[in-house]
Amino acid sequence: MSETKDIRIITRPTKEQIRQAQIDFAPRCTAAGRVNDKETQKMVQYILNFARKHSLFLLAYGTGCGAIEIPATLTSRYDAERLGIRGAATPRQADVLMITGYLSTKTLKRVIRVYEQMQDPKYVVAFGSCTINGGMYFDSYNTIKALDRYIPVDVYIAGCMPRPEAVLKGFAKLQELIQNGNAGNGECYRKNLDWYRANQQKVIKNWDFPDEYNW
Amino acid sequence: MTGNWLIELTGIVLTALLAFTVGMFYGGLRRKVIARAQNRVGPPVYQNFLDLLKLQGKTTNVTHGLMTHLAPVWVLVAAITALLFIPVLHGGLWFPNFTFKGDLIFLLYLMVMGSLGMALGVGETGNPNGAIGVSRGLSLITGYEIPFVLSLVAIMIQFHTTSLTDLMHYQQATGHWIARENPFAFLAALFSVLGMFHYSPFDIIGAPAELASGPMSEFGGKYLGSLMTGGSIFAFVKLVLITDLFLGGAGHPDAYTGAAGVLLGLVELVIKTFLLYMIPVSIGIVMPRFRTEQAVRFFWRWPLLFGALGIIWAVFWK
Repeated sequence: MSETKDIRIITRPTKEQIRQAQIDFAPRCTAAGRVNDKETQKMVQYILNFARKHSLFLLAYGTGCGAIEIPATLTSRYDAERLGIRGAATPRQADVLMITGYLSTKTLKRVIRVYEQMQDPKYVVAFGSCTINGGMYFDSYNTIKALDRYIPVDVYIAGCMPRPEAVLKGFAKLQELIQNGNAGNGECYRKNLDWYRANQQKVIKNWDFPDEYNW
Repeated sequence: MTGNWLIELTGIVLTALLAFTVGMFYGGLRRKVIARAQNRVGPPVYQNFLDLLKLQGKTTNVTHGLMTHLAPVWVLVAAITALLFIPVLHGGLWFPNFTFKGDLIFLLYLMVMGSLGMALGVGETGNPNGAIGVSRGLSLITGYEIPFVLSLVAIMIQFHTTSLTDLMHYQQATGHWIARENPFAFLAALFSVLGMFHYSPFDIIGAPAELASGPMSEFGGKYLGSLMTGGSIFAFVKLVLITDLFLGGAGHPDAYTGAAGVLLGLVELVIKTFLLYMIPVSIGIVMPRFRTEQAVRFFWRWPLLFGALGIIWAVFWK
């Protein structure tokens, strides 16, 4: 009986290939690379950002198991409304899109549409390990692994799953970013739409989005 | 009306600002009261101002056509117009505005204008949630308008006038509130106010979990901000109208004079309207939501009976 072994030969990528991959797969819209326009209309921006950070209408997109933490955050025990965070009913009214947990490719389609229906400035909070690196679904065939390849993300809340304290901490971080003028990626998303669309179309097989969106 | 356009313009601006400020603060107080009832800390009282500022600071706005643009403006204009025909204070220079003989009938028509404009705007967005919300809203209007009209007609019969100023004058001259002179009409009007405020159990129009906020579902950003402003002003309009009609109004042309008198009248107004506002709010805290036909049936039962009793009272006990 001959022994058969499945040997996979792994070749090291060249430096050029690594550099190209880093350019191709690096998330486009991050807080680090933003030029904020705080110098122009300083006072107006300060007041508007103050209002924005204290009035966050939250659209909790309950995709995965993490959705169960959101009611606890919003209701009596942790009371996010004292920080100005309240639920919004529709994407049009919402400021914050919260992705709670893993995203299957089927749900990703809806998330993209919801994100595109929101009005600027809009923020995305990715919740749980699954949105960062796939979490426990890292080798699943039908979930996405890194959310910021598909829509820009402002704040990640790590954990599987994060407790309401962690969620509030994440919101505190978002408020800090908003006050500094470093949050809100709608503009950047539109600018880099080709890159995002290419990534989205890579995983969404039955692509039927309209070509021209009314943002 | 004084004939001096500068004074009238100042009066209009002052009244609108007063209604806006008081209405927004009442909205904030409502959120605070609900939070305390649920054993929460709740948002600060000025939270609604922050929300409005944020909504007006949105940089993009999606539109579905001309009527979508006009609907929030229509709501705002209807609220301010209704406000201008209500004597906010009795007497004084600035706050009576355009009150005239027969304004009570005029107001009956004016008060549904906002809802109709909103219905047209929502129709253009094509959102099914919005369409359902509008149909529910119009059904609810057929519910609460009938007892409201009955109670107003009862007062018109009893006091032989259709002027709000005359009614306020009667109450302040005799010292008897109409709530005491015709309690059935007052009860019917109170029930109608519950329906007008669209709080629980009559929040069938903008039910967030059911209809995704109904007519407002397609309005975001600056549209939502305008709707919020209009709604706040209109809440103040309803409260002042009921206060003027049944609770003696505020201010006094002879007793309260000068700047101190106006201030004293405004304090009286705020106290009365706040106590009145707490009725729908506190009922809303403890009540679940009616279905549409339950809500309409509710108004066609007890409030309608009270309205009819009010008319009988007005005819026979006068």
